[in-house]
Amino acid sequence: MALAHFSSEPKPLQTAGVLLGLLALVVAVSLFMPPALQRTVVEALIKLTVVIGLYIFVGNSGVFSFGHVAFMALGGYISAVLTIAPAKKAVALNLPPFLEALQLPGGVALLIAIAAAGLIALLVALPLVRLRGIALPMATFALLVITHVVASNWQAVTGGRQALVGLPRYTDLWVAAAGAAVSLIVAALFGMTRHGLALRCSRENEVAAAATGIDISRERLIAFVLSAIIVAIGGVLFGHFLGTMTANTFYLDLTFVTLTMLVIGGMRSLTGACVGVALVSTVSQLFRSIERGVSFGDLTISAPAGLQEIVLAAILLAILILRPHGLVGDWEVTLPLAGQDKKKEI
Amino acid sequence: MIVLQNAIDAISLGAIYALAALGIGLIFSIMRLINFAHGELIMVGGFMLYGLAGQPYIVMALAAILVVSILALGMERLAFRPLRRANPATLLIASFAVSYLVQHIVLITFGARPMGVDFMAQLGESVDIGGLRVPRLQIATIIVTLALMGGLALFFRRSRVGVQMRAAAEDFTMARLVGVRANLVFAVAFAISGVLASIVSLYLVTQTGSVSYKMGVSMVLIAFVASVIGGMGSLTGAALGGFLVGIVSVSLQAYLPVDMRPYRDAFVFLLFIAFLLWRPQGLLVRRADRERV
Repeated sequence: MALAHFSSEPKPLQTAGVLLGLLALVVAVSLFMPPALQRTVVEALIKLTVVIGLYIFVGNSGVFSFGHVAFMALGGYISAVLTIAPAKKAVALNLPPFLEALQLPGGVALLIAIAAAGLIALLVALPLVRLRGIALPMATFALLVITHVVASNWQAVTGGRQALVGLPRYTDLWVAAAGAAVSLIVAALFGMTRHGLALRCSRENEVAAAATGIDISRERLIAFVLSAIIVAIGGVLFGHFLGTMTANTFYLDLTFVTLTMLVIGGMRSLTGACVGVALVSTVSQLFRSIERGVSFGDLTISAPAGLQEIVLAAILLAILILRPHGLVGDWEVTLPLAGQDKKKEI
Repeated sequence: MIVLQNAIDAISLGAIYALAALGIGLIFSIMRLINFAHGELIMVGGFMLYGLAGQPYIVMALAAILVVSILALGMERLAFRPLRRANPATLLIASFAVSYLVQHIVLITFGARPMGVDFMAQLGESVDIGGLRVPRLQIATIIVTLALMGGLALFFRRSRVGVQMRAAAEDFTMARLVGVRANLVFAVAFAISGVLASIVSLYLVTQTGSVSYKMGVSMVLIAFVASVIGGMGSLTGAALGGFLVGIVSVSLQAYLPVDMRPYRDAFVFLLFIAFLLWRPQGLLVRRADRERV
C-alpha cells in the first residue's frame, strides 16, 4: 500500500477514452445546434486535430515548433490540387497536363497528402532535429516563412496571392469529428510507446536522457514526422471545410492561435491540449458574436473587430505569468470512479 | 558600377537590419528573451508619425522615439518582468502574445488598411556621387546607424549603467550579487531597444511612405535571423549579422534569375537554416553562453 499515493499514475487509454467520450458528447450536442454554430464546432474540431498533432511533438519533446502550420498548408494545397475540378484548375492554375486532368476522391487525396507530408517532414526534420536549444524553434520559424513565401508566389500550383477556390467542401461535423478522434487515439498511443516515453524523458532533462542512452535526435524525428502528418490531416480538413486555400490563412496568425490553444490548456498533457482548444474556441465564438452585435431591447452594442484577438492574447499572457504549465499542468483526465477506488484503499 | 551600386544598397539595407537586430540582441543578451514584439515597437513608431503628420519632422521623429521607448518600458513592466525567470521558449511565446495584443489594438484603432504618411519624402531623391545615383535616405541611414553604434559602444564601455548591463549579460546572478540593480538594467535595455526600434520606423515610413498594423512583422523576422546568425546575445554579432543579411538579400535580389526573385526571402531563410546547421551558436559566441551541465 506504500505505493497508493501514486494513484494518479498515467492511464493513457482511460484518458483517451474519456476524451473520446467528451468528443462524442460535443458532436451529439452540436447536432441540435443552428448551422452557423455547428460550423464553429466543426472548425474547433479541425483545430483540435491540429493542436493534438502539435502536442505530439511540442508536448512530448518540450521543444516549441513555429513551423507546423506549414504542414497544414502543405496538406491543404496537395489535396486542393488533387480534388479541384479540372476545368477550374485550367483557369486558375498552370499545372502539368496529367495533374490538371486528375480529379481524385477526397479520401484518396487525403492519403496522398498524408504520405507526402510525412515524407517531406522526414526530409526536413532529418537535419533539423540535430539542433539544440533555441536553434530548433528558430529553424521551424524559418520553415514557416519559406512555406509562406513559396505558397504566395508559386502561381502555377497554389494560385499565388489569389485564393484557390473550388475545393469540394466535404468536411462536415462527422468528418471533422473523425479527424479529431483519429488524432486523439494516435497521440494517446504514441504517448504509450517507448518513443513517447523517451521523448518526455528528454523533455524533463536532456542531459540525463542522453546519458541513459536515449537518442534524442531520433526520438524527436519520429515525433516530428508523426505530428506533421496529423497536422497535415488537419490542414486537408480545413481546406475542404473552407472550400478555399489562401497562403495568408496559413501563416503567423494561425500559428499563434494553435500555439495559444496548446499553451493555455497545458502543453504537457493531452487533456490540456483539448481543454485549450475548447476554451479558446468558446472565447473566440463568444467575442465573434459580440463583435457582430448584442441586442439589449432596442440597444445594439457591437464591439470592434479584433477584440477577440486582444482578449486571447491577454489570456495567454495571464496564463504564462500565473500558470506557466497551462490550466491543467500535468493532469490527465481519468474516470472519476476509478481514481476513488484507489484512494479508499489507503 | 552596378557592383558598387549594389554594394551601397547592401550596406544601407544591412544597416537597418543591424539596428533591428541590435534591439533584439540587446534584450536577449540580458534576459534570454527573443522579443517578437520588437516588430510592434517599430510599427507603433510608424503610427506615431501618422498621428502627428503635418507637424515639423523633428517633432514627429522625437515624439515617435519617446512614445516607442515608453511603450518598450511598459512591455517590460507588464509582461516580461513577471516572466523574468521563465525559459527562453516561454518568453518567446509571451512576446508573441504581446505582439499580437499590440497589433490588434492598433487594428481596432486605425483599421487594417495601410495609410499614407508624408515623412521626409525628399530623402527619397538621389544625389549623384561619381556617376552613382545614391538615394539620400541610404546615406542618412548609414550615417545614423554608424552614429548609433558608436554611441552604444561608448555607452557600454564608459557609462556606469552600460558596464552594469554588460555584467548582467555575462552572468546575471553574479551581477546582482555585486550590487547591480536588476530592474534598472532591464529598464535601460528596453528603453534602448525602443529607441533603436523607433529609428527603424523612421526609416520604414520614409522609405515606403505608409504605415499598416503588420508593418513590423517582416522586419522582426529578418532581425531574428540576423541576431541568431551573429550569435544570440552578442551585440557585435547582431550588428554583423544584420549587415550580412543585408548583403545576402541584395545579392539575391540582384543575381537571382528574374522569375526566382519573388522567392528571395525563401532563399534567405533557407540559407538561414543551412547556417544554423553549420554553426548553431552563431558567428560570435559569448563565453557565458556555452552550455554547462
